Amino acid sequence: MSAMSSTYTRRRLVNIISLSLSTFAMLFGLFWLAWILYTLFKNGFGGLSVTLFTQTTPAPGSQGGLSNAIIGSLLMSVGGTVIGTPIGILAGTYLAEFGDRGWLAPLTRFINDILLSAPSIVVGLFIYEVYVVRTGHFSGWAGAFALAILVIPVVVRTTENMLRLVPSSMREAAYALGAPQWKMTLLVTLRAAKAGVVTGILLAVARIVGETAPLLFTALNNQFYSNLNQPMANLPMVIFQFAMSPYEDWHSLAWAGSLLIGLFVLGMNIVARALVKPQQQH
Amino acid sequence: MNAALKPKLAVKNLNFYYGNYHALKNINLQVGEGKVTAFIGPSGCGKSTLLRTFNRMYELYPKLRAEGEILLNGNNILEKGVDLNMLRAKVGMVFQKPTPFPMSIYDNIAFGVKLYESLSKSEMDDRVEWALSKAALWTEAKDKLRQSGLGLSGGQQQRLCIARAIAVKPEVLLLDEPTSALDPISTAHIEELVHELKQDYTIAIVTHNMQQAARVSDYTAYMYLGELVEVGETDNIFTAPKKKATEDYITGKFG
Amino acid sequence: MNVKMQPEYKPDTTGATLAPVVVPASPETRMNSTDQRLHRQVLQDRIFRGVTRFFAFFVLALLAGIILSLLVGAWPAIKEFGLGFIVNTEWNPVTGKFGGWNSIRGTLLSSFIALLIGVPVSLGIAVFLTELSPVWLRRPLGIAIELLAGVPSIIYGMWGLFVFAPWFADNVQPWLTESTANIPVLGTVFAGPPMGIGMLTAGLILSVMIIPFVSSVMRDVFEVVPAMLKESAYGLGSTTWEVVWNVVLPYTRNGVIGGVMLGLGRALGETMAITFVIGNAQQPISSLFDPSTSISATLANEFTEATTVLHTSSLIYLGLLLFVITFIVLMMSKVLLLRMQRAEGKQS
Repeated sequence: MSAMSSTYTRRRLVNIISLSLSTFAMLFGLFWLAWILYTLFKNGFGGLSVTLFTQTTPAPGSQGGLSNAIIGSLLMSVGGTVIGTPIGILAGTYLAEFGDRGWLAPLTRFINDILLSAPSIVVGLFIYEVYVVRTGHFSGWAGAFALAILVIPVVVRTTENMLRLVPSSMREAAYALGAPQWKMTLLVTLRAAKAGVVTGILLAVARIVGETAPLLFTALNNQFYSNLNQPMANLPMVIFQFAMSPYEDWHSLAWAGSLLIGLFVLGMNIVARALVKPQQQH
Repeated sequence: MNAALKPKLAVKNLNFYYGNYHALKNINLQVGEGKVTAFIGPSGCGKSTLLRTFNRMYELYPKLRAEGEILLNGNNILEKGVDLNMLRAKVGMVFQKPTPFPMSIYDNIAFGVKLYESLSKSEMDDRVEWALSKAALWTEAKDKLRQSGLGLSGGQQQRLCIARAIAVKPEVLLLDEPTSALDPISTAHIEELVHELKQDYTIAIVTHNMQQAARVSDYTAYMYLGELVEVGETDNIFTAPKKKATEDYITGKFG
Repeated sequence: MNVKMQPEYKPDTTGATLAPVVVPASPETRMNSTDQRLHRQVLQDRIFRGVTRFFAFFVLALLAGIILSLLVGAWPAIKEFGLGFIVNTEWNPVTGKFGGWNSIRGTLLSSFIALLIGVPVSLGIAVFLTELSPVWLRRPLGIAIELLAGVPSIIYGMWGLFVFAPWFADNVQPWLTESTANIPVLGTVFAGPPMGIGMLTAGLILSVMIIPFVSSVMRDVFEVVPAMLKESAYGLGSTTWEVVWNVVLPYTRNGVIGGVMLGLGRALGETMAITFVIGNAQQPISSLFDPSTSISATLANEFTEATTVLHTSSLIYLGLLLFVITFIVLMMSKVLLLRMQRAEGKQS
């Protein structure tokens, strides 16, 4: 009996220790989030001002803002989303609606999941090779194409998942009315899955807005406003350049830019979750 | 109830709630030592819920709570401070579907034993053989003890789970519809087993199959909508129920 | 009206089986219009299917295109240095000699450090979220951890460079050096001036970045463990930890390893955060405090400044190697997760 109770005491001890460690791990994770957000607000808040949105990036030591970078980021993100989303939705539709046999769908699904986590800097290299080298110069379009490639796998996956959640009875009902498949898909299932698909797009936007690596060799940077055929300023690149510089006023602009991106990305994440939540409760 | 009955478990004024839903209403009954007590009743009557209060399995889930007393050997197991792990080592349980752990047959049996006893290799071998023999699985499993428990047939898996439960030598064995996922032959095996096991254990079995209750149990409790309608010796319940509701259910007029 | 009389369409129905047998005997004109309508719909369906199929194929072509373009871009360097590039440590744009080992080692080592710290923490978080946390806290806590994944890597980089590295240099590194000074191997690993930036800092920040990915995969696979299986272990008197260690983990092994691999894939490919804090030095390292470089950091720093073809193509060669490594790791992750799903499907 005493042997049994000593084993038991040891087991309980192991249990208490490991569960405490697991609680500690949770706190550890939250601690980093809190620290990063705190830093972001502390250093970025002071830099927020109207001039941030009205003036272009300054030379060291002079006054300026981030307006050209903000506009460049907006243009390229919108461009990347507009190019990538339809491709992603159509490919995702194929996987969900026609994807149960043949070799194409399983292979595409597999490759898509790999693209989802592929290093974004390599995507930048790819666009550099196929677009920047061909056209002979860095440009906003090249940046938008690189971002589009990052959008595609996210949208493919959420579109397929969301379409598969649509109950088959709804498909059957549409077929039973004699609807052809394309009508059934476009008017019934995609509509039913709309909130989910939109969520996927929002998450994709949240991802590309903060991406820097794929823009390094595509959009590059610019001191001024530019069109999509020229090298184009964007927030992440400006932050990178300014943060790595030795100038204090550039640092504070970099923090302000980081806060802008951080708020935007976190906001997107929250909106995306709010969209999905009512669906899950069904 | 029979005066000679020695209660192993005594339930007194037990109420159970799922959040606001009152699932068990003022249950009073005794489970006799060394006897098989069957719980029958339509789906949702609370028979599985009642069984799960005997080892406080409901504690795993939020918003579930039990009020009242359940005495095991005279001690109230619903009291605060009762050690749940110890309680569950004393009150074994077998579930609706076979639940072999993802490990070998041998390790499945040894798993629970190792929790409370430090046995030598040969003692453990003996214990595994003993448990498997008790569960009538030894002859089929002795040559594949090192193979995964998932490789057995459904009926064999369920007997493995029974072996795993009795290997820790519990005092009470709870069977929650243990044959609902099995074919008739495997079911017959398990029923024979229940008959064997009652020599050593107090058994509480929940079943939706009235013939099964009639075949395996000494006492039967009929429950309906969270209330205990009638409890008594199985022969009496099935041949001369005291209450009209019980008779209706047993004769199939109800449901 | 006639549309409603048509037979139920099946996804694979071809025009041939849709013969107008079912069209009720009706005036010639109506029959013709129904016929046309059917034909048009069959055609539209074919087009629809073709278009979506094309874009599914496009995703495949994208991957092939990435590999092909990297191969083409890296070709001059591959021809010049061959596979020896991988182990050669000399990286000198002036003399035109390029070897990738400094960068490759940095990528592998920083990712290894990230796993060493990130995986146990992620396991702890997943256990906490599935077994310990009160239900009302699960969702907010899960979201908080997932937000760590949403933080753009450039913010990790700035925070790492301006906040974490100085703090690390002042408070942790001296202590690490002192307390391990007399231990044979660790003494060397944690030697050197506490500069804040360097290999260890890069690995630490990477570990924070992969925690959300690894822990959310772990949480998801833990949640598919059948309740009855866990109850069976509890039913024998197991403690929570014993249930996790002996039942949940073995049951979800493939999924857990898949999650770890996913985290590894993320760590290998991460660029900006590393570029900020790793120190960007093409040099051999003896201690984890030494500044070093990684594939992605080298690319980020040198690509736009490279002037010779050989320099550019050596950088692309590095990118190709990075892609191949992550591709293999992510493929293994995917296969393991699929296997887990399949086993799950068989069970239920």
